[in-house]
Amino acid sequence: MSEELEPTVTVDARGSFCPGPLMELIRAIREGQVGDIIAVLSSDTGSRRDIPLWVDNAGHEMVGIFDKEDHARFIVKKLK
Amino acid sequence: MPKKVVVLGGGVGGTMVANALAKELKKEAEVTIVDEDGKHVYQPGFVYISFGKEKPHKIVKDERKLLRKNVGLVVDKAVKIDKEDRRVQLANGSLDYDYLVLATGAEIHPEEIQGYEDAHHFYDMQASVKLKNALARFNGGKIVVAIGGVPYRCPPAPAESICLLDYYFHKRGIRKKVDLWFMSPLVRIFPLETVDPFVARAMEEKNVNTQTFFNVEYVDPKKKMVHSLEGESIDYDLLILIPPHKGAQVIRDSELGDRGGWILTDRHTLQAENADDLYAIGDATNLPVSKSGAAAHYESPIVVDGIVSDMTGTPPSKKYDGRVTCFCDGGFKKGIMMDFDYEHPPSPPPFSRRAYWKKILFNKLYWWLLPKDRLPGFLMGSVK
Repeated sequence: MSEELEPTVTVDARGSFCPGPLMELIRAIREGQVGDIIAVLSSDTGSRRDIPLWVDNAGHEMVGIFDKEDHARFIVKKLK
Repeated sequence: MPKKVVVLGGGVGGTMVANALAKELKKEAEVTIVDEDGKHVYQPGFVYISFGKEKPHKIVKDERKLLRKNVGLVVDKAVKIDKEDRRVQLANGSLDYDYLVLATGAEIHPEEIQGYEDAHHFYDMQASVKLKNALARFNGGKIVVAIGGVPYRCPPAPAESICLLDYYFHKRGIRKKVDLWFMSPLVRIFPLETVDPFVARAMEEKNVNTQTFFNVEYVDPKKKMVHSLEGESIDYDLLILIPPHKGAQVIRDSELGDRGGWILTDRHTLQAENADDLYAIGDATNLPVSKSGAAAHYESPIVVDGIVSDMTGTPPSKKYDGRVTCFCDGGFKKGIMMDFDYEHPPSPPPFSRRAYWKKILFNKLYWWLLPKDRLPGFLMGSVK
C-alpha cells in the first residue's frame, strides 16, 4: 500500500497541540467503518511516536508515514 | 435596509459575537440571537458543583440580561438551516438571514456507551449534582476517571477532576481509603505534551494510579467493570466517565458537519466550508483546538471582522491563529495556566497559587467580563 491509496477520511490536524492529532485520529476511528483508510496530517513532531504506538496498541494498521514540507501524513487502516 | 444577522446559540461565542456586531453595526445590521431556553450557563462551573464549591443558580443567568438592548433574542429551537434560501427553520417559525453565525456548541450523548447508566459525569447540571451526591456518600473504594470519546469539551477537565478528587477526599480526611485511577486515552496522561511531565509528576505525588491508551468502549454495570477499545478492562466502585460528544442536532440535520456533526470550518476565517455567509465559532467547529470558552472568546473578533468587512466591502483584517488559554485547577489552591496557538505549544508552566487565583477570579467575574468582551490582559497569558 502507498500514499496514493485514496483515504476515506482526511483529518487535518496541523497546528493541533490540544487535543492533538492522536485524539483526532481516535475520533476518526470511532466514527469510521471497518476498512476505512484514514489520513491524518500533523505538524506535531510527537505524532511520529504517538500515532504508530496507539495504532499498534489498538489493533489497527499503520499503512505509512509520508513526510511533506511542513507536516507528516499518516495513513491508517481501521481493522476492527 | 439593515442586513439580518442571525446567531444560533447563546453560549459564550454566540453572545460575544452578537453583542460586538450590535455595537459595531448599530444601523447597518439587525442582530438576532436564537437560544433554545434563553438561559446562559457558565459550563466550567459544573465541575465545581460536583465538588460542592459552587451553587447551581450561580452559574446560570438569563441570556437577555447579558445582551445589548439592540440584540433581539428569540427563545426557540433551530431545527434546520436552508443555505440556499438563507433561512433558519425554528420549531415555531422561521428566520431569514444575510449572515448566519453557528454557535451551536456541543451535545453530550452518554447513551452511546453501553452501560453508561452506572457512570457519572460533570458535563451538565443534573449530572453534576448527581455526582456531588454520590461523592458525598462515598466513604472509601476505587474511583476510576475515564474518557468515553473524543473530542470532548475542555480536554484538561478529566485530569483536573482527579486533582480535585484528591483534594476533596483529603479535606474529608479519608484520602487513604480512596483508590484513584486515571485512564488516559492517549500515549501520555495530559493532552499537551509539554505540560504532561508536570501533570504526570503531580499524579505520582498525589498517589493517583494512571494508565494510558484506554479509550472506553463499554461499561458492565453488573460486574462494575469498564472496558476499552484497546482490549483492557478495569473494575470500579464509582466511575466518572466523560460522555461522548457530538455537534448539535440542527447541524447534523442540515448536513453542515462531518460525521460527528462538527461544522467544517476554515481554520483562519472561521467561515463554514462552501458558504461565505455562514460562520462557525466555539465548540461547534471541527477545528483541531480545545473545545472551550477560551477558544470561542479568541474566535469572536475574527467572526465579527469577517462579517463587518463583507458588509462594508473591505478585505478582512483578522485571522484566527488557533489561540487558546486554559486554566486548570490542581487542587490545594494551586493551578496551571496554559497558552498556545497553531504555531506555538505552551511553555511548561509550574503549578502556582497565582494561576489558581486567576482561575477563581475569572470564574467570579465571567458574567461581567466575557459577554461584552471586557477581559483585561492581565487575566490572560501570552503565547511565546
